Amino acid sequence: MNKPFATVILLASASTMAACSKEPPEELPPPPVDTVPTPAPTATAPSGPTVGTQQHFQQAVGGSTIIYFDTDQFNIDSADAAALQAQAQYFAQYPQLTFTVEGHADERGTREYNLALGERRATSAKNYLVSLGVTSDRIRIVSYGKERPVALASNEAAWAENRRAASVIIN
Amino acid sequence: MTKLTILLTSLAALMTVPALAQNQDLGAPVGEGGPVESVSVLGGDDDDGPLRGTVTDESDWRDLGIAIPAFATDRDQPTPANASGTAALGSEIARVITANLQNNGLFKPTGPDSLPKPSFAQIRAPSWGSWSGRGAEMLVHGFANARPDGKLVVGCYLYDVALQDELIREGWEVRPADWRRAAHKCSDLIYARLTGENPFFDSRIAYIAETGPKDNRVKRLAVMDSDGANHRFLTLGSATALTPRYSPDYSKILYLSYVDGNPRIYVYDIGSGKQTLVTENQNPTIAPRWSPDGRFILYSQAVAGNTDIYRVPVTGGRSTRLTTAPGIDIGGSYSPDGSKIVFESDRSGTQQCYVMDADGTNQRRITFFGGRCATPEWSPRGDQIAFTRIGGGFNVAVMTPSGRNLRVLTSGWQDEAPTWAPNGRIIQFFRTTRNSGRSALWQVDLTGRNERRLPTPVDASDPAWGPIRP
Repeated sequence: MNKPFATVILLASASTMAACSKEPPEELPPPPVDTVPTPAPTATAPSGPTVGTQQHFQQAVGGSTIIYFDTDQFNIDSADAAALQAQAQYFAQYPQLTFTVEGHADERGTREYNLALGERRATSAKNYLVSLGVTSDRIRIVSYGKERPVALASNEAAWAENRRAASVIIN
Repeated sequence: MTKLTILLTSLAALMTVPALAQNQDLGAPVGEGGPVESVSVLGGDDDDGPLRGTVTDESDWRDLGIAIPAFATDRDQPTPANASGTAALGSEIARVITANLQNNGLFKPTGPDSLPKPSFAQIRAPSWGSWSGRGAEMLVHGFANARPDGKLVVGCYLYDVALQDELIREGWEVRPADWRRAAHKCSDLIYARLTGENPFFDSRIAYIAETGPKDNRVKRLAVMDSDGANHRFLTLGSATALTPRYSPDYSKILYLSYVDGNPRIYVYDIGSGKQTLVTENQNPTIAPRWSPDGRFILYSQAVAGNTDIYRVPVTGGRSTRLTTAPGIDIGGSYSPDGSKIVFESDRSGTQQCYVMDADGTNQRRITFFGGRCATPEWSPRGDQIAFTRIGGGFNVAVMTPSGRNLRVLTSGWQDEAPTWAPNGRIIQFFRTTRNSGRSALWQVDLTGRNERRLPTPVDASDPAWGPIRP
């Protein structure tokens, strides 16, 4: 079992790297990525969300909890990289937190293929976060394929919103 | 050497132990029906007429009128199969047969509600004069008798009205609860005799029942007879269930469930209601398939962004990896003789269909038509592969196993995931509606002309048609 497994990792990282160097994200529609300055680790604020909640994570990184992909793609483009850097800074600041990266696809792929594609996207995001210093045992990944859309219409804008990897705090 | 063997054996044993899954989402076990046994039934005078040849185009057949009056009974008596007794049951059986034959575009059946009721004696000696005046070329007669032990004996006769000749007859012994199976067996007898094709009515379908809004869809495992009867939900809906496949002997269903939070394939045992993971492993497993002999399971496993196809014995044990290409290799459908597997892969950059030998060797691409090829399914006859053709929308299409003679059969916005009737003449699939995301099961024959929606209690997807029942 060891050998094929090692091969898988090699192949996977090779393809991820190849994908990373590919195509600039010309027309990525939705995510306005705020390059939020790292929130100071103040222990103030008695009100507001507490550490370990999704609300706290969202408040800290803004829209950067989610990254978006081009059709059928799973590479991390510059907008994704900025968002993942914001996430990595947050998780560096709160090393006790664990989280899930959910990979999703739009409805224009077949169900089974999209489950695999969602896994690939979540893995891309995870690998990038690991490269930024987040340890892999803090990151769980799960693919929902096209089963959990957030935008419900059947048009380009909705599909673009649904092709995503969303980071969700476990605790 | 011995040590090594022991080590290997215990290792295999370790991997064989099927992990009992947490069954939080399972309903009560359904159990299986009893056997349907053929029994000989008496005829009039014996001499089978000639076969009518095979179907090449439904237009020759559309007008073949078949009269299907109520089945008679030797003595009208109570039966658990019908609250009003065996005579009423005889009418019900004729209605089921009429609906079956109506729904495939080949025949023009007339059911029992507009026909005279033959007596029990007339089943073996039709009153020809009263039938020839009705324009029916074919006449179906039959009986439903309750035996002292409660079991039913159902006889089925097909007559050629013009020749005043019996074409075929058969009888079955069934538990009262399985009376519809006798009606399906009779439908199959008539269909096979008149078309020269193999039967398909006495079969079941597993599928995914869907309810709720598009962004919060509940997806449950469900099963039903080929005509939609005997419908059951097998899971409760708290966990998303997807992509079921009946085992060739109907004892198990493979399907994907998120019951532990991750997409994983389970082997659900219909008799016991228990389920086990297909492989004990931390990785997501998707796209389950049976080998034609039911001894092996194909599944696809994603490891660090790379999905490949694996084979594992149904009894458990070590998995064999069949594909190694970087990218997504997924699905897989065996040729009926088990020697080859058609599967989909995006190794060329887009989803395309490939064929390999069953051991994973000789992988070669078969589709080059410009669009993409997904969810290929090998016909039970071996001569065609059905698939989801992606090019703009999704359509159901067929081609030969070498990728030639591509024919598009459907034209919905999204027609996905074809599954074959046991005789390889009809294809079911699911159709999704643009924007609303509503889904339904449809079927189409190989001409592409006879398309109809299947009745299901709620929205439906991922149909998986099982073989003819034993």
